Amino acid sequence: MHEHDVIVVGGGGAGLRAAIAAHEEGADVAIVTKLHPVRSHTGAAEGGINAALRDGDDPKDHAYDTMKGSDYLGDAPAIETLCEMSPEETIQLEHWGMPFSREDDGRVSQRPFGGLSFPRTTYAGAETGHHLLHTMYEQVVKRGITVYDEFYVTELATTDHPDPEERECHGCIAYDIKSGDLVGFEASGGVILATGGDGQAFDHTTNAVANTGDGLAMAYRAGVPVEDPEFVQFHPTTLPSTGVLISEGVRGEGGILYNGDGERFMFEHGYANNDGELASRDVVSRAELTEVNEGRGIEDEYVYLDMRHLGEERVVDRLENILHLAEDFEGVDGLDEPMPVKPGQHYHMGGIETNENGHTCIDGLYAAGECACVSVHGSNRLGGNALPELIVFGARAGYHAAGRDLGEARIPTGPSARTEDETGLDTPVSPGAIDQPDPDAVADGGAMTADPAATVERTLDGERARVEEMMERDGINHAEIRSDLQDAMTQNVNVFREKEGIQDALETIRDCRERYQNVAVADPSRTFNTDLLHTIETRNLIDVAETIALGALAREEFRGAHWRAEHQARDDEDWLKHTMIAWNDGEPDLYYTDVLLEGEEKTYEPKIRSY
Amino acid sequence: MSTGITETEDDGTETQTQAVGAARAAGETYTEMDSQEIEAANEEARRRTRELVEEADRTVKLKVFRFDPEVPEKEEPRFDTFTVPFSKGMTVLDALMWARDQYDSSLTFRHSCRQAVCGSDALFVNGRQRLGCKTQVADLADSGIPKKVRIEPLPHAEVVKDLVVDMEHFYDQMESVEPYFQGEDTPDGLEEQYQSRENREKVKMSTRCIWCGACMSSCNIAAGNNDYLGPAAINKAYRFAMDDREGEDLTEHRLNIIEQEHGVWRCQTQFSCTEVCPKDIPLTEHIQELKREAVKKNLKFW
Ligand SMILES: Cc1cc2nc3c(=O)[nH]c(=O)nc-3n(C[C@H](O)[C@H](O)[C@H](O)COP(=O)(O)OP(=O)(O)OC[C@H]3O[C@@H](n4cnc5c(N)ncnc54)[C@H](O)[C@@H]3O)c2cc1C
Ligand code: SF4
Ligand code: FES
Repeated sequence: MHEHDVIVVGGGGAGLRAAIAAHEEGADVAIVTKLHPVRSHTGAAEGGINAALRDGDDPKDHAYDTMKGSDYLGDAPAIETLCEMSPEETIQLEHWGMPFSREDDGRVSQRPFGGLSFPRTTYAGAETGHHLLHTMYEQVVKRGITVYDEFYVTELATTDHPDPEERECHGCIAYDIKSGDLVGFEASGGVILATGGDGQAFDHTTNAVANTGDGLAMAYRAGVPVEDPEFVQFHPTTLPSTGVLISEGVRGEGGILYNGDGERFMFEHGYANNDGELASRDVVSRAELTEVNEGRGIEDEYVYLDMRHLGEERVVDRLENILHLAEDFEGVDGLDEPMPVKPGQHYHMGGIETNENGHTCIDGLYAAGECACVSVHGSNRLGGNALPELIVFGARAGYHAAGRDLGEARIPTGPSARTEDETGLDTPVSPGAIDQPDPDAVADGGAMTADPAATVERTLDGERARVEEMMERDGINHAEIRSDLQDAMTQNVNVFREKEGIQDALETIRDCRERYQNVAVADPSRTFNTDLLHTIETRNLIDVAETIALGALAREEFRGAHWRAEHQARDDEDWLKHTMIAWNDGEPDLYYTDVLLEGEEKTYEPKIRSY
Repeated sequence: MSTGITETEDDGTETQTQAVGAARAAGETYTEMDSQEIEAANEEARRRTRELVEEADRTVKLKVFRFDPEVPEKEEPRFDTFTVPFSKGMTVLDALMWARDQYDSSLTFRHSCRQAVCGSDALFVNGRQRLGCKTQVADLADSGIPKKVRIEPLPHAEVVKDLVVDMEHFYDQMESVEPYFQGEDTPDGLEEQYQSRENREKVKMSTRCIWCGACMSSCNIAAGNNDYLGPAAINKAYRFAMDDREGEDLTEHRLNIIEQEHGVWRCQTQFSCTEVCPKDIPLTEHIQELKREAVKKNLKFW
């Protein structure tokens, strides 16, 4: 067993920042990550980091834009914290040597981005995430922070109490990929989940193959509610064949969208008469698909994004990476031809419910980054707002877990924040778990004892048994289950959603869950058994997909990224509330909590969102 | 049993082929599947795989290196051949994933981003270091689709299993050059350290490294002399040595590191690293420039 004060699960932007913060606070911190940190998907981020750095800009304006962008489903205390802390966190990166793009006067460059009232997106070429990730990893090396790389965390070690708010997290269990050993990790201060996105629940995604929602699923099974899972962002400009992202920076620099008839449809068809291509992502995604569905697409699939008029010099200076991506992954020379683009899954706004200190309702369990939902993005994330989220809330989670007093959190969490239950939701099959591994356990992997070491040991035994069984029995391969799940989500819980489709998806998910009971790992080896990893990941994807589909079925309105055929208006009266899905005795329990519109100085009044 | 699809040099792959199509189509209760049903489901999956291959206009054969110290059939390194339906735009990584998901779930390789930023899938493809995700299968033949694509782990690295190599040595070399910014007097608060566009431009290419290890694997000197820092680590040193935001003392400290016995002077300017770098970093040029800087520095003190 390994013992540390703070264990950070995941070595992407959020995990690295959390580890540095905990270390600064004097804690013995370790990062446990399934990929070496520099392989994390934060490295793929292109466009930039929003931070109100310049004269004429103000964190308050950033907060206002974010609130509006969220379609008023964000929580004001979280959004204000994000916007206030982003400038110092961004400049901190500069002080750590991050190679930002520069203006003539030597200061860091900023550019316009969708939904922003000021050009406040700070960037490093079109590869901001790569530089952010490497800069922070460098700082981790500098501080000598312990990194267990290629360790796959399979489960959290929490105590078992019927009320999740009374549970404690004492560590986690990880599979040492190189040796094949299952190992216990005990954390006296806390476990911080920073496991990133879950785009692999969908078929066409900008996400890495490793983005399988592991942390989200583990926290969910341990008893933390999943907040606003139905809000999945589809990015309007991904390459049709692979899902590789073409940054919003292209539109920020003046890139233009054309349909098959050569029309600049964002204006000509009235989707966003003011902001055009720079309307927020949900608006542009729907516009593109509408064009395609109405027969004005190209090859019935995509539209064009053109940056030729920007001129070679500007493109090479600011968007060079885009030229490489278009060339390597679509065979298109962006200086010579328009690039084909279509919407693809990109980001999960929902996630593990936390407060503004990154804390969940389980004592000792934190989450930060894309896997978490402190509710800064609400129903629609503005481009350039995820990277600041990583550094702001990663840092806060790290400080808090290491014992720094960050003051009382204003965002309530856990079942006691519940305001109302959903009753009578028409799901086709009763959702939830089948075949709980331990009928006595309320929290999955939970233990009745409060002794930390014993809790970890017991969870470890449970995980050993689970893995052994999957390795020893004969059964079916996970790959087809995963691909059916991805197809169902892409077919039915995509940009456009309707009741029947979502129900179909839930049925497929249920079916996948059943088939998963017979899943087996064919590779008998202990060394680097990726078959085993992918099999465990597939179970996590099933849990994640189910929460997304359930939340989507329940929410009968049209808000942000969540479009419903039957409900074509935002309905503040009934739906200005957060969806919560909690794992309760193996059944998802659906309830709602209030949205916090009240900020430090003012209350944000929901307005009609137009761009 | 032979599916006729994989011509495996050793029979290993086919027996592990699994999936679930049939049982699903039949709408059975899966929780109760017995061994016969499981076998039927897996047989159905094999049949579907065969169909996919037969229906494909074109296929490509992957000849893939296999080795696993723990599994008796794979203890002796060997090559397996997988027949994969070709589609336009298919990358070497796509083909490998197809082979793994359809034929043999034990086929092991690292991969994640699929877009040339995570650096985890550097492989030896048709005799050259390349990123699997960035290499179009169609580009491996002069015209049309290659008959065979030969995929091996990176040379000059210890093989852990199949296409996975041990990266520890690479990471150690990277870390030995103190790969972190050490600017001393960072301004307070929101004040930035100014950097000219020119200076950023100067270090730009060097900051693009994704730690894939291709350059190290291609370098004869790194292969023969395990202590040689290697192109990636030297490039990392360049990235900081040339950054004006670090003061002169630090630059000198950095030059001292790369000038040591196993540093820049080992480089024999063979350009193999520069040729294979998937990020087009002018590695050899950077190494040469550091050599010049080191000479200049020494001249100053002689
Ligand atoms: C292509 C692309 C472009 C983007 N561009 C921008 C942009 O310009 N601006 C912006 O603000 N946002 C952008 N985003 C969003 C943003 O980059 C991501 O939300 C963010 O990087 C996620 O960071 P993270 O630290 O939460 O997760 P990641 O960087 O994905 O890291 C997750 C970590 O968790 C580890 N992990 C996962 N599961 C386990 C497990 N079971 N056990 C152990 N370790 C585990 C992984 O190894 C990894 O280290 C972009 C996203 C994508 C996909
Ligand atoms: S320098 Fe190029 S080849 Fe070498 S590790 Fe970096 S990206 Fe790979
Ligand atoms: S899969 Fe990330 S570099 Fe190829």
